[in-house]
Amino acid sequence: MNDKLLVSPAPHLHDRTNVSMVMWNVILALTPALVMATYFWGIKALMLTLLGAVTAVVTEAAVQKFRKVPISVADGSAFLTGMLLSFNIHANSPWWLPVVGSVFAIVVGKQVFGGLGNNPVNPALLGRAFLLASWPTLVTNGWIPTRSGSINGINPDLIGTNLQTIAPKAYELITSATPLKVAQTIRDTSFVSSLTGSATENATLASNIFNSLFDMGTLKAMFWGNIGGCIGEVSVFALLLGAAYLLYKNIIEWRIPLFYIGTVFALSFLFGGITGSRYSVMLPFFHIFGGGLMLGAFFMATDYTTSPITKRGRIIFAIGCGVLTIVIRLVGGYPEGVSYSILFMNVMTPLIDRLTMPKAFGEVKK
Amino acid sequence: MKNALGATREEIFQKNLAEYGQYHFMAKKYSKGSTYRNLSQLGVLMSLKTFPGGVHPHDFKHFSKTAAIDKLPPPEKVIIPMSQHIGSPSSPCVKVGDEVLVGQLIAEASGFVSIPQHASISGKVTKIDLFAHPVGTKQMAIEITGDGLDKWIELVDDENYLDLTPDEMKKRIADAGVCGMGGAGFPTHVKLSPPKDKVIDTVILNGVECEPYLTSDYRLMIERPEEILRGLENVMKVVGASKGIIGIESNKPDAIALLQKHTASKANIEVVGLKMQYPQGAEKQLIYAATKRKVPNKGGLPMAVGVVVQNVGTAVAVYEAVRYKKPLLERVITVTGSIVKRPANFLARVGTPYSVLVDNCDGVNTEIGKIISGGPMMGFSLPNLDAPMTKGSSGIVLMNRTEAKQLQEHTCLRCAKCVDVCPLNLLPSLIVSAVKVEDLEMANKAGMTDCMKCGSCAYVCPAQIRLVQWIDTGKIKWAALQRAKK
Repeated sequence: MNDKLLVSPAPHLHDRTNVSMVMWNVILALTPALVMATYFWGIKALMLTLLGAVTAVVTEAAVQKFRKVPISVADGSAFLTGMLLSFNIHANSPWWLPVVGSVFAIVVGKQVFGGLGNNPVNPALLGRAFLLASWPTLVTNGWIPTRSGSINGINPDLIGTNLQTIAPKAYELITSATPLKVAQTIRDTSFVSSLTGSATENATLASNIFNSLFDMGTLKAMFWGNIGGCIGEVSVFALLLGAAYLLYKNIIEWRIPLFYIGTVFALSFLFGGITGSRYSVMLPFFHIFGGGLMLGAFFMATDYTTSPITKRGRIIFAIGCGVLTIVIRLVGGYPEGVSYSILFMNVMTPLIDRLTMPKAFGEVKK
Repeated sequence: MKNALGATREEIFQKNLAEYGQYHFMAKKYSKGSTYRNLSQLGVLMSLKTFPGGVHPHDFKHFSKTAAIDKLPPPEKVIIPMSQHIGSPSSPCVKVGDEVLVGQLIAEASGFVSIPQHASISGKVTKIDLFAHPVGTKQMAIEITGDGLDKWIELVDDENYLDLTPDEMKKRIADAGVCGMGGAGFPTHVKLSPPKDKVIDTVILNGVECEPYLTSDYRLMIERPEEILRGLENVMKVVGASKGIIGIESNKPDAIALLQKHTASKANIEVVGLKMQYPQGAEKQLIYAATKRKVPNKGGLPMAVGVVVQNVGTAVAVYEAVRYKKPLLERVITVTGSIVKRPANFLARVGTPYSVLVDNCDGVNTEIGKIISGGPMMGFSLPNLDAPMTKGSSGIVLMNRTEAKQLQEHTCLRCAKCVDVCPLNLLPSLIVSAVKVEDLEMANKAGMTDCMKCGSCAYVCPAQIRLVQWIDTGKIKWAALQRAKK
């Protein structure tokens, strides 16, 4: 019997989790969001997502074959990267966009650094940043409404009668822009002053549009995802469902999402208003439901490799993400800042880890 | 053969069999990992006392927890290692050919931090040589071949043992060769001799038994609670402590209830139920869970916060040593595992070879994949069953091939699960990556030398990285570096 006896150091028990279990569970947790996207935009959303994911898998296998290392695409991490990349483009994108993005994400974002576990920034977000820099109009324009016809959930009739004739620019805005784009445009004073005639009328109109961003109807549309946006980011409901699953399975930890979303909530409550708008506790909900925050906070900022390992570090990382997101949204040139703020904090991660080394249990002051 | 509770072994076996059905369900349910962590961190499960960090392995105690303590007859041969404790090895004071009685001194303490050893069977000393030791190495030991008569030295029965002075008690404990029976094996009389300036106000008895599979302390608590309490009172008297605490995890509700019943009339002794969490039986974690006191790191001892911790088995040994002058020569040991035919808790003589213990369980029903001396989280795996049980042997766990299967190491994902579970608040993954590139300074900053090797990090690592092994490698390199500097 002795030739087959294993002698090894303790511990002799393991909780039987492994890398591919973690990855496929995250993919499973993202499935509700994909189902919602397919429901709202039809089969094209599903096809684009699968295209991105399959491209990522094929690319990773090819690069690994070229590098003469074991091919590890079965662990699901490439599939997940491709899926997240596709989740960050809208359903009206050309078919080659997720393909190019996935190839870039896998090759430049991941494999050149040595593959899973060694990449300094989130590959999917790097892929998105690459697409945004290379084809800015394709990525930031051409949003399409969902099948029920809405792009931001705002009802123009509630803002003013005959809006189309009185203020055509305002009408165009609220029928073609995503909620965050509306929020960004309405903060632009030169846009507001060009709306109709008198300054008072313009101000009233602007604050009416702004207030409508966070009335119950809009927020409801944003919660279910019945608005324009990227494939995977719109349905807060579906993302929360997946996030709850990951928290329950102990695959992600609560600190990063809580502090990220919490920071955005607090800062948007304090600084999110515009002159003449009403201050409401509902305003921050507009910011946390809007754009890619839910997707970013639960599925991308929590990426193992690119977030700090220390507990305090994770809190600093998340608050940093939150502050940058709000700064970009409120004063920056883009309507949305989730991906850039996470990328920026990814780069800060080694420094944060070094500065937040924990004290050992029972450590005495020197 | 009838055991202490009068149940036959067949009855115990039937009882165990009934629990087997549960096992399959439980193992499935719990093997998926610690899904409870996030919940407990949010304060949902905060009602019971515990410590920060830690993991929740399935306890696998079903195999042997219903098996009452079974007193084994003295074996034909015992091998008594000279090093069963922390400190200098005992020095033999018998020669080959000497006739010895049960309880006779065969090796003397070789200093203050050392203990004497006693014969555990009567017979003839047949060999003094290197023998297999349960930590996996070969060490000096005395082999005694029994005469089958089981002749004991004369014991006393000192009914007024509590009237002895602390020094007299300590002398009896030292003479009986008592050391910690929870695993580490620190000489008990040393633990009970704090420097004059340290005031000990609390004695904690460790009935946690957080290692999965093991049930020896549990059986002792439900079968011999009186003796445990007398041992506790003894220890309290020796160190002059006013308060006694018995810490038991919530997976042993009957032990908690029983000891609470026995201590109902004693105002100064408290039985504390603790939330099930590994490694709660580690001294510092238990002290924190029971008293909220933090023992300083870098070699800090419990006495720094006014506490002495003793295992429940040690308490019984202390009681027997003080009252009867009985040397520590037998203990309760669990032999268990899914492949063991009749998992059991034996009261067996120190020095009994592991093979004899396994034979007394009627052997195994499939090929053995791994032999673990001690619990599966911190125990040693052995190449065979030749090693003898020592004063610190709490159990033998036998695993089949599937259970023993090791998966391949993957690159670190930096998922920080090891950081979340480390009960000492270290950064295991950072230590390992620093050790891999020989950056020992960085490894130390991340807490390398503080590590107590509880194995929680390696237990949860989804990349199957053997963190404890890497950290140990780093510690050895660091020690060599320090020696070279001097």
